[in-house]
Amino acid sequence: MSVSTTNLPPQFEIVDQPLDTQMTISMGPQHPSTHGVLRLELVLDGEMVVRCTPDIGYLHTGMEKLFEYRKYQQGIVITDRMDYLNPLGNNLAYVMAVEKLLQIEIPERAQVIRVLTCELQRIASHLVWLGTHALDIGAMTVFFYCFREREKILNLIEAASGGRLTPSYFRIGGLMMDLPAGFERRVKQFLDEFPKALAEFHKLLSGNRIFQKRTQNVGYISAADAIDWGLSGPSLRGSGIALDIRRANPYTGYETYDFEIITETDGDVWARYLVRMREMSESHKIVQQALSRLRPGPVKADAPKVVLPDREAMKRHMDALIHHFLIVAEGFDVPAGEVYQPIEASKGELGVYIKSTGGPKPARVHFRGPSFVNLSALPHMSRGAMVADIVAIIGSLDIVLGEIDR
Amino acid sequence: MSEQKQEQSKSDSQSISSEQGPAPSPLAAALQHEHPEWVKQTIEALGETTIVVSREDIVAACGFLKTAEGFEFDFLADLCGFDRGPEEEPRFEVNYHLFSTRNYRRLRLKVLLNEDDVRVPSVTGVWRTANWHERETYDLFGVVFEGHPDLRRILLPDDWQGHALRKDFPLRGYEPYSLE
Repeated sequence: MSVSTTNLPPQFEIVDQPLDTQMTISMGPQHPSTHGVLRLELVLDGEMVVRCTPDIGYLHTGMEKLFEYRKYQQGIVITDRMDYLNPLGNNLAYVMAVEKLLQIEIPERAQVIRVLTCELQRIASHLVWLGTHALDIGAMTVFFYCFREREKILNLIEAASGGRLTPSYFRIGGLMMDLPAGFERRVKQFLDEFPKALAEFHKLLSGNRIFQKRTQNVGYISAADAIDWGLSGPSLRGSGIALDIRRANPYTGYETYDFEIITETDGDVWARYLVRMREMSESHKIVQQALSRLRPGPVKADAPKVVLPDREAMKRHMDALIHHFLIVAEGFDVPAGEVYQPIEASKGELGVYIKSTGGPKPARVHFRGPSFVNLSALPHMSRGAMVADIVAIIGSLDIVLGEIDR
Repeated sequence: MSEQKQEQSKSDSQSISSEQGPAPSPLAAALQHEHPEWVKQTIEALGETTIVVSREDIVAACGFLKTAEGFEFDFLADLCGFDRGPEEEPRFEVNYHLFSTRNYRRLRLKVLLNEDDVRVPSVTGVWRTANWHERETYDLFGVVFEGHPDLRRILLPDDWQGHALRKDFPLRGYEPYSLE
């Protein structure tokens, strides 16, 4: 058997290997710890990973092609289905890109609600990561506690948007609708309960010797390599780089919120675990601040040709009805141009590139999914690891295949 | 009233996004100063800087921008293709979205390619993260990245015919795909 030796550490640079010491196995696409339909081609020497080649595309549904055949406002529902653990983040990046092309200003209240719901969603996304990551490594209990807490957030998102997994809550020019009555009280209740739950997670895992042994010094990546491989989000901050798009290129008023950029310097699975755990407290802080800033006001921009009118206005005003009809039937023209809008999603830099050549449909929509780029560093991080470590490393990258394959 | 405002803002953006903004950003001016032969065109629109570079210069330009004092674009945020349509010439665009983890600035480099010669040198030697981005662009647009270590399809099956994001590729494909 001939083994190509590109990107191998020196101790593995062997061109010809007899079959009895090296073995190629296929991990996935049905393996439960590959978080969906990821297939890894592993070349093993005993239990040691010689080479790991991710094979993706099993969930490819041509979403970027589909955008080109849909009007701008119809694209929002497609974004929900990419990173399905952080749909509000996808909504936000997409609508902000279109708003940038249209140069629409968003009212203050809509901005605050966007921050509030996005940070709740970030906590929910991190909770799924925590539960599944711990489950992969063998700690089953945490999973149930995480999903209990996540359920509370999904109930809040459902109250606001009507959808749990696919909210499509943000619309071009603002929000679908204002928050329902009693929403603030329910968020307050969640905020009161969450620190206790987080302390519980810490108690279950952070001091757990087995969990520490499974994660410390596993899947190491240095700061320079992390930048070279394009890692972003908690995976990058785990290598000691204090980079957060919310601070670097602020959007929706993040520059006015008080929060800390969490970093750890070890660059291993344990460091990335700590970053995400501590980030949940920071998101908790941001939600608290956003809640205190909620003032009555409009949640839709004053752009009648782009934003759907209120139902009440449609019943009373002729022009509102005409605008509604035109937006739904024909869409709205977006001036020619191109934008790249990055946001800090729960998994890293989510960038949306939109190219418009005028007209109601985009010429090109491209999503730079953080999972896609983070996963591309997996072969680098898993060199010389044990097979069981692969599961820990994948978990620490927090990937969602819906976003990778698009 | 509000409609007027809308119209106003639309016409504003139109004038900004039209070629060659009045004042190029300091970034574009600095690159123009250092290497005028690389900068084919500068577009300033919607607060973003785009520099059109010819494909012979792209690797040198990326290598320079990654390390040179005052630029330090050490992070390749994204790389994606665009098909202007079969009747356009040059037909393809490849966009490089650069980001600096030191000074948080962003820059877009653009390479234009003709349909009969869809090749561009790979920048995997500059940033290793370009590997999968270039494979994706090859898969979906058929842009060949010369010098790429492992240029295979990434999202679609290996035996897929055509390149799905080209404008002349039908939304539902040519025929139902089967695993036979």
